Amino acid sequence: MLELKDVHTYYGNIHALKGISLKVNDGEIVTLIGSNGAGKTTTLRTIQGLLKPRSGSIKLDDLELHKLPSHQVATHGIAQSPEGRMIFPRMSVMENLEMGAYARSDKDGIGKDLDRVLTLFPRLRERIKQKGGTLSGGEQQMLAMARALMARPRILLLDEPSMGLAPILVDLIFETIVSINKEGTTILLVEQNALMALSIANRGYVLQTGEIILSDTSDNLRNNDEVQKSYLGVV
Amino acid sequence: MGKANNLKIRNVLITIVVIYIVLLIGPIAGFDIPNIYAQVAANPLQLVQFLIIGLANGAILSIIALGYTMVYGIIELVNFAHGDVYMIGVFTSLTVLSLTGTLDAKDPGRIILGLIFALVISIAVGAGLNAFIERVAYRRLRNSSRLAALISAIGVSFILENIGLIWAGQTWLVPLFGTTGGASQKSFPDLLGKIMAGYGLNVNLLANTGIKLTFNIKDALVLVLAAVMMTGLRLFVQNTKTGKAMRAVAQNRDASKMLGIDIDNVISTTFAIGGGLAGAAGLMAGLYNNTAWWFMGFRVGLESFTAAVLGGIGNITGGMLGGFLIGLLASFSDGYLNARWTHAWVFVILVLVLLFRPSGLLGEHVGEKA
Repeated sequence: MLELKDVHTYYGNIHALKGISLKVNDGEIVTLIGSNGAGKTTTLRTIQGLLKPRSGSIKLDDLELHKLPSHQVATHGIAQSPEGRMIFPRMSVMENLEMGAYARSDKDGIGKDLDRVLTLFPRLRERIKQKGGTLSGGEQQMLAMARALMARPRILLLDEPSMGLAPILVDLIFETIVSINKEGTTILLVEQNALMALSIANRGYVLQTGEIILSDTSDNLRNNDEVQKSYLGVV
Repeated sequence: MGKANNLKIRNVLITIVVIYIVLLIGPIAGFDIPNIYAQVAANPLQLVQFLIIGLANGAILSIIALGYTMVYGIIELVNFAHGDVYMIGVFTSLTVLSLTGTLDAKDPGRIILGLIFALVISIAVGAGLNAFIERVAYRRLRNSSRLAALISAIGVSFILENIGLIWAGQTWLVPLFGTTGGASQKSFPDLLGKIMAGYGLNVNLLANTGIKLTFNIKDALVLVLAAVMMTGLRLFVQNTKTGKAMRAVAQNRDASKMLGIDIDNVISTTFAIGGGLAGAAGLMAGLYNNTAWWFMGFRVGLESFTAAVLGGIGNITGGMLGGFLIGLLASFSDGYLNARWTHAWVFVILVLVLLFRPSGLLGEHVGEKA
């Protein structure tokens, strides 16, 4: 469904992505793991159109995403819960969710999805009138995911959903990711917590300094010596 | 610890210097408390009179300050050309009034129609002009240093002022400009007084009520129009999809792009709304103060910029509040102190706000953007 072919992205003169190729099929959970600065977030930002690749292609089915202006990528079914959450701090939880559905105009569908995400994250229902900036870190993460879901995306990009959260919340977030996927949303998950990510993903890619060095099914990656040593902390 | 102490000492020093300066030049500037007290005691109603004038002038400043504050809120640029968009608004409305024959009309109904038409045109011209300025002078500089865009803004300001200077010399277009050339101040006829006279009413709405105050039709119109525009803007920004998108872009541009918001479009809209308000303020100020001058945007621009900073730049409610406060300050300074020093007092306020509460009265402390 989503396919990146030999994508090169630069930050000024820094060659951040050196020919990334990856594929996400319909209904899958695919994870991108790698250490800090490997290019995980850059990959997601490039898919979203916030960074323009200097060469290579990004295709959603037959649509060439890299040729669209960034705000149009969202309208083709790609939504993201970004690194750092990026919720709107001075807007209420409700307004944040409404902004998630900005690119849509089907009122009934939006209403249904609002109900769905509030069922998925009951905490947000309790805080619906509160300003986004007053939420706790875990709640902000839920809000960022819920906001992305409000777009009813075909593919959901999740950037470090477990970052800075208490372990019990991490479990909750990952359970939610699985249930979102079961409801039919394809997921591309970027994580530093490789163990958690591989435990729910179908397949994974390992990123190192802007290049993909390994790609395999989650089970195989978990048993790979290199991955165990570098990312799973197994000595 | 040491740093915090140093800051405290610095603040105390600055306060001492400010008090010293106020005491030193205060009396020259009319800051003479016994004299002011005597004046208030002799005629307390005058205080209310100055209040009315201050509120009306403050309303105009508020409307202009909104343009500064909205643009700053969304792209963190002080649009120094904004005051000159207001000046263009004054000249646009005067020209429209002249071309439609409203200036010479006797029939009050006809004048009212002409005024409504002039209001619509000056809003449209202000909106279009401001959006055009954003497109040609700021958009490409959005990702360069802030100084670049600021200098560009000052350049646009000079261009607009010179357009005003040329415009004010075109007597064939507006016969009222006379033969004194573009640099001189022009009069903006008191059409509201004419309307009242046409209906056989007193210009002072409080005449024959026994209250010894002047509350002109002008004051009423300016306050009502300002209230309508402010309420409209508030509702727009709070409730419409575009309004919410404006707030979203102001809070996080990348997140807004991810959600499918066309940033360029939203920024253009913001400039257009600010410019439209400035255009409307142009007509209101022309009718209220009865002058048109090519340089009037500079002064009013600085005053309303001060108002925006005082209220908390980027904050819409703050912009309105700041406008009224500066209007009141100016009116009391004109009345009780010394009119020549009014601007100095306004800028004393600006300096004090920047020193002691840079985020303004209602502004929030916002961390540096990553």
